[in-house]
Amino acid sequence: MTAASTPPPAPEPDVTLERREAWRAAWGVGIAVSAYGVSFGALAVASGLSVWQACVLSLVMFSGGSQFALIGVIASGGASAGPAAIAGATLLGLRNGLYAVRVSPIVGPGVLKRLVAGHLTIDESTAVSTAQRHPEAQRVGFWATGVIIYIGWNVMTLVGALVGDLLGDVRAYGLDAAAAAAFLGLVWPRLRALEPVAVAVGAAIVAVVTIPLLPPGIPVLAAALVGVAGGLLGVWRRRRDTESITGEQP
Amino acid sequence: MSVWTIILAASIAVLAIKLVGYLVPPRVLEKRGAAETAELVTVALLAALVVVQTASVGQALSVDARLPAIVVAAVLLAARAPFILVIVAAAITAAVLRGLGWAA
Repeated sequence: MTAASTPPPAPEPDVTLERREAWRAAWGVGIAVSAYGVSFGALAVASGLSVWQACVLSLVMFSGGSQFALIGVIASGGASAGPAAIAGATLLGLRNGLYAVRVSPIVGPGVLKRLVAGHLTIDESTAVSTAQRHPEAQRVGFWATGVIIYIGWNVMTLVGALVGDLLGDVRAYGLDAAAAAAFLGLVWPRLRALEPVAVAVGAAIVAVVTIPLLPPGIPVLAAALVGVAGGLLGVWRRRRDTESITGEQP
Repeated sequence: MSVWTIILAASIAVLAIKLVGYLVPPRVLEKRGAAETAELVTVALLAALVVVQTASVGQALSVDARLPAIVVAAVLLAARAPFILVIVAAAITAAVLRGLGWAA
């Protein structure tokens, strides 16, 4: 190095660079997720929804997992499975509430800003945002990802719904398998510890056993109880551990 | 219950949960039980949805082209393939198997 004689500049965080990184992540994630909005639109129409109903789901609900869960129940159980469909979509949306708590300080004050941010609070905007280190980059990551996906997801839902109307049997194109793979893709990054893996296996078993026994939509809710049980077990174990530690003290 | 009622009720519920999160002070997350339970409920729901979407037709269990498709998806996820590639590969697997008449 020729510049060895001059001391290196203090490692101050390069905000421009980090902001650019956040933008890049936002575009990468945004394009991928938007593209798969096509399969949501097509499957929604195949499930018996109108083009407008598919679009309202993407515009107002705007949470891929909940949207796929809802149309899945309607596809197999029809409108009479409504309560189960609503419950499934709502339960799956609970995690967005947790994300909101996490990104709330990143978004900052302002009622209107927080209302819009709330609408854009999903897996991807939270993930890209919290993956950045600099607060400015976190802010860019949240808004860029949220806005790109909101526009892309809604445009592609409309395209998918219109094309799905023309396609006819979406099974011939494997779109039903695409929805299954999407759920697997959503759960996969969460399976990094033993506890969630055990819960996932338990939930899958409950689903297999209850599919023939319970009306459509209910097996998913029954499986959710495995998650609740896992959470309670974790709380109980921590409490027992702290008690045994304090008990050993003389 | 009409389909519109289902769509609007569920959409408003999901949106409301997001907005409520902005009213909750961040220290609630420090009560680890709540955050952990919510995470495990999400895992349970998604795992069950994988099974339902892969192996059921209405109220019946069914083994068809979706099963090899989800296996392909799992292999790709394990190999850290990008999300969109996983989805497309699963769709193509099912479509090709059905096109060839090897699976329903």
